[in-house]
Amino acid sequence: MTTLLEPIADIGGAAQPLLDVKGLTKHFPIGGGLFAEKKIVRAVDDVSFQVGKGETVGIVGESGCGKSTTARLLMHLMPRNAGDILFDGQLVGETLSLRDLRRGMQMVFQDSYASLNPRLTIEDSIAFGPKVHGVSDKDARALARDLLTKVGLRPEVFANRYPHEVSGGQRQRVNIARALALKPRLVILDEAVSALDKSVEAQVLNLLTDLKREFGLTYLFISHDLNVVRYISDRVLVMYLGQVVELGPVDAVYDGPAHPYTRALLAAMPAMDPDERTLEPPISGDPPNPIDPPAGCRFHTRCPFAEAVCSETVPALSPVEASGHLAACHMVTPGSGHSRAPALEAA
Amino acid sequence: MTTASDASLQAAPVHKARGYWATVGRRLMRDKVSVVCAIILLAILLAAIFAPFLHLADPYQGSMIRRLRPIGTPGYPLGTDELGRDMLARLIYGGRLSLLIGILPVILAFSIGTCLGLVAGYAGGKVNTAIMRTVDVFYAFPSVLLAIAISGVLGAGIVNSIVSLTVVFIPQITRVAESVTTSVRNLDFVDAARASGAGPLTIMRVHMLGNVLGPIFVYATGLISVSMILAAGLSFLGLGTKPPEPEWGLMLNTLRTAIYVNPGVAALPGVMIFAVSICFNMLSDGLRSAMDIRN
Repeated sequence: MTTLLEPIADIGGAAQPLLDVKGLTKHFPIGGGLFAEKKIVRAVDDVSFQVGKGETVGIVGESGCGKSTTARLLMHLMPRNAGDILFDGQLVGETLSLRDLRRGMQMVFQDSYASLNPRLTIEDSIAFGPKVHGVSDKDARALARDLLTKVGLRPEVFANRYPHEVSGGQRQRVNIARALALKPRLVILDEAVSALDKSVEAQVLNLLTDLKREFGLTYLFISHDLNVVRYISDRVLVMYLGQVVELGPVDAVYDGPAHPYTRALLAAMPAMDPDERTLEPPISGDPPNPIDPPAGCRFHTRCPFAEAVCSETVPALSPVEASGHLAACHMVTPGSGHSRAPALEAA
Repeated sequence: MTTASDASLQAAPVHKARGYWATVGRRLMRDKVSVVCAIILLAILLAAIFAPFLHLADPYQGSMIRRLRPIGTPGYPLGTDELGRDMLARLIYGGRLSLLIGILPVILAFSIGTCLGLVAGYAGGKVNTAIMRTVDVFYAFPSVLLAIAISGVLGAGIVNSIVSLTVVFIPQITRVAESVTTSVRNLDFVDAARASGAGPLTIMRVHMLGNVLGPIFVYATGLISVSMILAAGLSFLGLGTKPPEPEWGLMLNTLRTAIYVNPGVAALPGVMIFAVSICFNMLSDGLRSAMDIRN
């Protein structure tokens, strides 16, 4: 077992963020045929955030807000229009090869069935990655069986099965094992538990927590399920129409949401207590079309506090009370011109 | 390290490994129609291959006094043709060329078309446009016309008709291969393979080929009957095999003058073409459902 992959070395030390995303932007051109006018979908627009070592960062937002596009951009599965992605302080193509990045960063997809090759056995699927990186067939298979045990599947039962022969929860465990086979430091979980039913989801979440401790992993946890994100994350990032609207420690954001969109999202969470159930819909209407997003703050079309300034100026991420808690709202930014904005502190 | 309830889902019996194609084969064997078709095809194929050992009459030896004997004549179980040659021997020997011209172009087109379609479907963008629009040019002509045109330019002969039929089938197989590849390419497991750092060739070999080969194979099996009919057509027009070589299409042509004298004998080569075509089509249908192992 000496030929197994060594984990990618920690370079910058604990203080350096494992992932540093700056101004990430992805525009999809649509149309643009012979006669059709070319239009642009701003799927991800100037997104910046950091993920510290050993941290779990949750990304929440409605469908179509750019969560999954962000994940695929981070994995370098599609080209980006602008922005830098630094992995442990290194830029891909300069000091870090794409091959090494893909060992350091792995992803678990939402659709557990589509993300496994139906013609390969579970063992073959897990062993594929290590083999690509030069591990011998025998060692890769041993590693695959070892990882199956780690994700709670008995190798003698599951190793030779095909994906359609196991349940959804078991398949997602296989996908997790496959992601771990390359000894990554960061695992992106793109709606990894969303398609599972609640009891299986809880088991997989516990498994993820255990694996994180055992392998010293860092998670980027993408979900639309606010309860799950609160349960697993240290910090949370709220996205709306391709932009970050709020970001901060999970308790600070959940207990004191600063952005009206975050407040609306949290209000839409089903309450456990029937007496506390919400009786009116928190936000009305669908999110605006990302092809032609509203000027200024993108949320102003649905925001109950919108004022003139909101449709004119794009709000920047500004600090809220708790440390590391930021929100992109004119009501938070001192001196923004919004009637509810805090006054500028005297210099 | 896992929760207690996991223990229950571990209780399944130890699963024995069975390959994908073994499963498909087992399912195919359960389909009676497919099995019958496979037996008929195998019998015709073996008879054609081992024709010299079957103690048949000489398929080239004619006799002017025994022309156009009906089916069931003693010594000539399937009668004689317009030159007094034994029909049974000629039909069996004819299978050699007819099956060769029917199957070989499909195999060639299958290999070339799959490669083209796989590259076009996986690469996408400009490569896809270049390959697929070139292929579309061939689609502008009806396949019979295209085969005749190419054979006509190259000249009559067996090799030339194989070449022309291959050219006719490449665009059709490429198109199927491209559409299957495109649909598989968008599945998450291909992205997962890319995310593990594998190069395009490895991904195509390990992850794409196994998933696209099945549907293309089924389609190609169906083309064998088309190929046989087109080959028969070329021979009928004098662009394929030349007399006195026995070949079903050519035999159909030379016997057509006898259709009013002895219709039973004149129809025999057509019956062979029909039987083989229908068997390949049924087998291809059976294969299609056998390969859908999720049901």
